[in-house]
Amino acid sequence: MTLVQNFPFFSIIIAMFSGILSSVLNSRQARNVSLAAILITTAMSGAVLGYCLGTGESYTYMMGHFPAPWGNEIRAGVLEGLTALLFGIVMLLSVVGGMKHTFEDVEASKINLFFIMIDLMLSSLLALIYTNDLFTAYVFVEINTIAGCGLIMIRQKGRSFGAAIRYMIMSQLGSGLFLIGLTLLYDVTGHLLMSPAKEAVAAIEAAGNYEIPMLVILAVISVGLAIKSGLYPFHSWIPDTYGYATPTASAILSGLVSKGYLFLLIKIFYRVLGQENVIASRIVNVLFLFGLAGMIMGSVHAILEWDTRRMIAYSSVAQIGYIYMGIGLGTQAGMVAAVFHMFTHSATKALLFISAVGLYEVSGGKKDFVSLRGAGNRNPLAGVGFTVGALSMVGFPMLSGFISKLLFATSALQSPHKMMFTIIGLAVSTILNAVYFLRLVITLYARPKKKESLREAYGSEGDAREAGKQEERVKKACESEGDARAGKEVGNRKETNEAGNENAAGEQLGKQHISWGLGTAICGFILLNLFLGMMSQPVVQAIANGLAMFD
Amino acid sequence: MSRRRDNYENSRWRKFERWLDGEIDPLSAKGIETVVPDSSSAQNQAGTGLSGGAVQDLAQAYLQNLEAKAERPDSDFNGYMETEPRESGQMAIQLKEDGQTEPELWKVEETDQKRQKEREERGIRIYRRFYQIMSVLLCMGIILVLLWTIAYLPIFGNAGNPDNNEVSARYIEQGLKETGAVNIVTGMILDYRAFDTFGESCVLFIASCCVLVLLRTDHHSQEETDSSLSDRMYEPKNDMILQKCACVLVPVILVFGIYMILNGHLSPGGGFSGGAVLGSGLILYLNAFGFAKTERFFNAKVYRRVTVSALTFYCLAKSYSFFTGANHLESGIPLGTPGAIISSGLILPLNICVGLVVACTMYAFYTLFRKGGI
Amino acid sequence: MAAHLLYNIEETVAVVLFGIGFTMLLLHRNLIKKIMGMNIMDTAVYLFLAAKGYIRGRMVPIVVDGITDAEAYINPVPSGLVLTGIVVSVSTTALMLALTIRLYERYHSLDLDQILMQAKKEEPS
Repeated sequence: MTLVQNFPFFSIIIAMFSGILSSVLNSRQARNVSLAAILITTAMSGAVLGYCLGTGESYTYMMGHFPAPWGNEIRAGVLEGLTALLFGIVMLLSVVGGMKHTFEDVEASKINLFFIMIDLMLSSLLALIYTNDLFTAYVFVEINTIAGCGLIMIRQKGRSFGAAIRYMIMSQLGSGLFLIGLTLLYDVTGHLLMSPAKEAVAAIEAAGNYEIPMLVILAVISVGLAIKSGLYPFHSWIPDTYGYATPTASAILSGLVSKGYLFLLIKIFYRVLGQENVIASRIVNVLFLFGLAGMIMGSVHAILEWDTRRMIAYSSVAQIGYIYMGIGLGTQAGMVAAVFHMFTHSATKALLFISAVGLYEVSGGKKDFVSLRGAGNRNPLAGVGFTVGALSMVGFPMLSGFISKLLFATSALQSPHKMMFTIIGLAVSTILNAVYFLRLVITLYARPKKKESLREAYGSEGDAREAGKQEERVKKACESEGDARAGKEVGNRKETNEAGNENAAGEQLGKQHISWGLGTAICGFILLNLFLGMMSQPVVQAIANGLAMFD
Repeated sequence: MSRRRDNYENSRWRKFERWLDGEIDPLSAKGIETVVPDSSSAQNQAGTGLSGGAVQDLAQAYLQNLEAKAERPDSDFNGYMETEPRESGQMAIQLKEDGQTEPELWKVEETDQKRQKEREERGIRIYRRFYQIMSVLLCMGIILVLLWTIAYLPIFGNAGNPDNNEVSARYIEQGLKETGAVNIVTGMILDYRAFDTFGESCVLFIASCCVLVLLRTDHHSQEETDSSLSDRMYEPKNDMILQKCACVLVPVILVFGIYMILNGHLSPGGGFSGGAVLGSGLILYLNAFGFAKTERFFNAKVYRRVTVSALTFYCLAKSYSFFTGANHLESGIPLGTPGAIISSGLILPLNICVGLVVACTMYAFYTLFRKGGI
Repeated sequence: MAAHLLYNIEETVAVVLFGIGFTMLLLHRNLIKKIMGMNIMDTAVYLFLAAKGYIRGRMVPIVVDGITDAEAYINPVPSGLVLTGIVVSVSTTALMLALTIRLYERYHSLDLDQILMQAKKEEPS
């Protein structure tokens, strides 16, 4: 066994150990340990991906001295390595991007606890990705849930407690269903490890026993994980949760946590229950319908939303709907599209949350449309980041969202019964996405209305000095951007700004004080998005390979 | 710009513009408060099956009433169903969407509001009844589906069931030889499936961290101190009976907990149960003799040191064992004679670690809930 | 079917409890009762698991007199799973109770709807 094959295990243990260690460190040390842990695990995931691509096959890793049906095991393949790598990058950028706000929002003596949550969240995500054992998956699902709850409520201000309790309740419902599903599965198969369980399931299917229990197990596990990942009818906790946490937490929760559960669901479908059985049981059709409903209704809610952060959160509901729709198509191509959209969404949604923070900073901390008017000119880099993210979500060519929509559309062509629904759903959802995202982008680059309204917008918050400073900054921004006469027509504004904000960004970067962490994170996310959009072919190939290895 | 039309404010273009600016919502043409129905929380999910407009309206009315109730400073928490008329004119104004506060309008509004409120309350009553019925139906539905499943599952207590397969057979037949533990369950959770158990200790650890975040009071604001003081004031101090009983019981409990931990691989018990017993002994001591005495030997620093060193040892020991196992190396840890206290390799130290972590966490939960600090 | 349910009486009771707990957690407005529902739900699963591990006429899986015969003892796996599950349940219960305390301190209510309504009114963001 080569050293690289140990890396999945090492990365889980390192993340966990850094979490344990952080409880005796002070906040800065904890931050450094946490960043180092994320960096190391990301590098290790990259090495694992390289190794698996090189050998072209997956391998299992015994956790202890005992082989498969007796001891715990983890498993690494191309898809696991790729997902772990991407999750590591998104995690790193989210933590770096929201660092300033983390130190502002969290009580000084509790910052090391925040980093404990981050570390354990990372380790649980890695464990969910690499696990080859159902009960290990359950334990780490719980760690993930508790860490997520900790990340939400550590802000301790505003509505974050209410959001946390709602998140906790819905998560516990999901965990309960998942656990009873596992129990029933253990009862009929007698195995907890995935590979022997799959053999047992195949034997059961061949013998024709336990048809109804298998159906119920499939339904219960799917519904449990769907609740936890926020599929449409169970989405009620999402806007609060993502809307009121600190920026890092929002980015991690929307970008990674729900994806971790989705990955686990896909893994269970392939590695335990058997994809053919899942398709034959017609559960996928239910997931497909819920996914379609989520695509439409999430977007409708987002259009009706006022708080822009909640709007982005509702957009997550729509995107989760896309992923379930892809799973529900029931074809290999649909699954590839779903996994690719998982990657797209984690890169893009984290970008949106992080760059939105930059915009709120220059708008007096307010999050509604009126206050954000012209914020793109005040903080150009964040504006560019948000624009890229929004365009990617809408499906602009060259960006990752375009590729995933293309993949969905092409995979829909292979399943004749669902083609019509998929295409119509995609079209409607894209239009709705465009409505709310472009509206916000236009607002970002619109001129501030009048001075009075500006003062109103910032003055009401109370901090008069801050408001004055903001206004100075706005004035400067407006002067320097005098040439962009974007005011005449709404349609015009959009186009001029897309082209024009690039050089505006360059001009103003010197004047604008922007924390380096935020800048790095936004640049990194934009690059990640462009990479997924332009170099999609190898990624899609790797996903298809990885899914093939699951069998 | 060309000349504006007279009814420009009402034109569609203007509406669109205003929507772009984020001023009002021309789609629903209502204020901000009523746009999103999502705040109706999980309970709207009870009615997922039905999408009739009437139910929506009832839900809306119910929520509005809740909102009105929230206005009153000391409203009765359980008083949803109370039907007493509310007389505060202030509320009537609050319920209005815009802030027209001309005095002559008030009275008309007030009577209107009263009538409306009566209607709303009736609506709420119907809604509540409907909601109860729906929840009972949902409960029955889940139970029926699961019962239907049970009817096809293997029969209880039968040796031929699928879960009594080669896995459990090996745990029983080879367990003593491979792990050295007489208690097969302990051998299983701390050796065969040790990764799960490590995850489980981390669940405890992270839960205690979350509770620390929530309940540890680092800076004492005035009212917090007051409330905790008043809490302390009513607790029994120097209760003779309690102290005498504790003198007898605490040593017994602690010794029993230590016995359970140390004999985890030989008899029923182990780190988790023994740790819980130890924690309960500490809690009893605390209750009898107060915080001052307990803090002499157990404070936040001790807690942190014990937890971190126990978890670190666990982490390193298990990493070593996993690493050697996966790379097919000999671990070199002697298993000893089965049945002796010092036997079964790593299981005994791991049990001690788990026991310490559990005891500290239980005690920490208690003190955090009690006074917001360890 | 009914006969089978009677044979499996432990499992039947367990799933009835599971349904009750699930519904309580989902639909009760009082936070404390929600937490109780969660505990009932978890406990029901443990009951189910414990029932699954049992085999008629066999002993607890602790080796006595050196007998290491698979026919002598019950299945040890579900016991281990129950142990793990209990610890997880304790942790989540503690976390949710702590959250409830903080919510009660701030909003003086245990009613989730009321808390959310009040939160919406007091703090727009």
